[in-house]
Amino acid sequence: MHPFILERPRDLSAALALRAQSGRNDAPAEYIAGGTDMVQLLQEYVRRPERLVSLAGLLDNRIEVGTQGLRLGTAATMAEVAAYPAVIEQFPVIAEALLNSASPQVRNQATVGGNLLQRTRCPYFRDVGYAACNKRAPGSGCAAIGGENRWHAVLGTSENCIATNASDLAVALVALDAAVEVRGASGKRTVPLIDFYRLPDATPHIETVLEAGEVLTAITVPVSPAARRSHYLKVRDRASFEFAVVSAAVALEMDGARIHHARIALGGVGTKPWRVPQVEAALAGATLDPAPLRSAAALAAQGAQGHGHNDFKIELMQRAIVRAVEIAGARA
Amino acid sequence: MDMERSNSQPSGFDSTRQDLLKLTAATGGALATSTCLPHAATAQDASTAEPRGVNPAPAPINLVLRVNGAEHPLTLDPRTTLLDALREHLQLTGSKKGCGLGQCGACTVLMDGKRVKSCLALAALVDGREITTIEGLAQGERLHPLQAAFIERDAFQCGYCTSGQIMAGVACIAEGHAGSAQEIRDWMSGNLCRCGAYDHIVAAIQDAAPTIRRG
Repeated sequence: MHPFILERPRDLSAALALRAQSGRNDAPAEYIAGGTDMVQLLQEYVRRPERLVSLAGLLDNRIEVGTQGLRLGTAATMAEVAAYPAVIEQFPVIAEALLNSASPQVRNQATVGGNLLQRTRCPYFRDVGYAACNKRAPGSGCAAIGGENRWHAVLGTSENCIATNASDLAVALVALDAAVEVRGASGKRTVPLIDFYRLPDATPHIETVLEAGEVLTAITVPVSPAARRSHYLKVRDRASFEFAVVSAAVALEMDGARIHHARIALGGVGTKPWRVPQVEAALAGATLDPAPLRSAAALAAQGAQGHGHNDFKIELMQRAIVRAVEIAGARA
Repeated sequence: MDMERSNSQPSGFDSTRQDLLKLTAATGGALATSTCLPHAATAQDASTAEPRGVNPAPAPINLVLRVNGAEHPLTLDPRTTLLDALREHLQLTGSKKGCGLGQCGACTVLMDGKRVKSCLALAALVDGREITTIEGLAQGERLHPLQAAFIERDAFQCGYCTSGQIMAGVACIAEGHAGSAQEIRDWMSGNLCRCGAYDHIVAAIQDAAPTIRRG
């Protein structure tokens, strides 16, 4: 690790003040909460902050389910949220996405806020031995385009970056129209999670709309009939403890045997959690028979672009949608 | 290994422990020092190794680690992970360093009763939390039931992942995730065994689970 000064502020205001002195991203000062991603990045010299500001004990970790919906303090751990009975009952896609993430040890350490802010698993980003990575070193190029790109994105890419967002939780939350509460030195604001993440375009190193020093304080999920009938399907190279090759978060509101309203988000295929409104629209009024599901899912391929090794994801994500809709639809 | 003696660290080394330290040092082990505690981190820390003269050492930080029921005031380089604090500063070398990136699970310990990867935690940020390592499992000369089951089932070959497997297994059982072989495999997936002793590890956990659940 590069040497850093470790700050352990007494309260959130002090933390915000320390961090606000620095820039927007990959700044001289960084926050650390659960640390499970940050310590990896520090160990690998991917991040070299001069100052690390600990959020331990400064953020809300409560899990609340009420008439408005679900509210997660961002310091709640992945394990705590996944095991919370009302989350399992009313928002199964969230519990499933979490239980299919990382390992039991990491889920005990990692916060849900940190999960949403974890950096990509692109091996070129994570290995400083490669000079070219626009996320790590803006303007240096992209080693994944034309390199080993089996794990990379087919949606939302740019000529500068094809890295995927690695969070399973974010995919489930985007499907349920979740929002995040953001706090900075100048106040609070709320951002829909789907707008929280930025496309890489020409600035892949800026991954979210967080301004300098802002911190995630809560995640809110509106209550909905669809949330109860939801499922997270994760396709990966081994059965456990692996990132998604492709994933699909599906929430269905049924009208008898037909789909009234579907919400679908994809993981492993986009540079950010990827909602597919065209597929959702095509599923409105459809039965759960294979033919209508397949024709609706085919629309997910609109705009998709493979880069060679990851071409298979375009077909696989359609099949994942069909399977996830079938499973969610079969739920009582 | 003599669990009771290990557990009584670090106030003074007994002869068995000192012999082990000598052996470890002689065979190229990671222990670079046996000086009294606490002491400041040095450039010998594996986790903080950098070319000399490139960066100044950051200001050391004071903390108290609570390990296996004992409190240890330490002054450490802020980069020191919990794993390195245990191994390099408290001489509790039962917890192993495999990947250092949270992928292999050899460093698994319990924190406030929950399993964590000690290589992914900065020691200064777990100040005051209750840490249990493999050295804290046995009751005197009496092995923890899962330790005994690992021996009975021959649940290791080289043994490097074993302490992490046992700590994770203890937690897996306590969490109620040892109901079937399939469930155990899923909930033990954060611990890799390159010798491939998985079948025996699962069997050991299945053997020990009823005893441990009964308390």
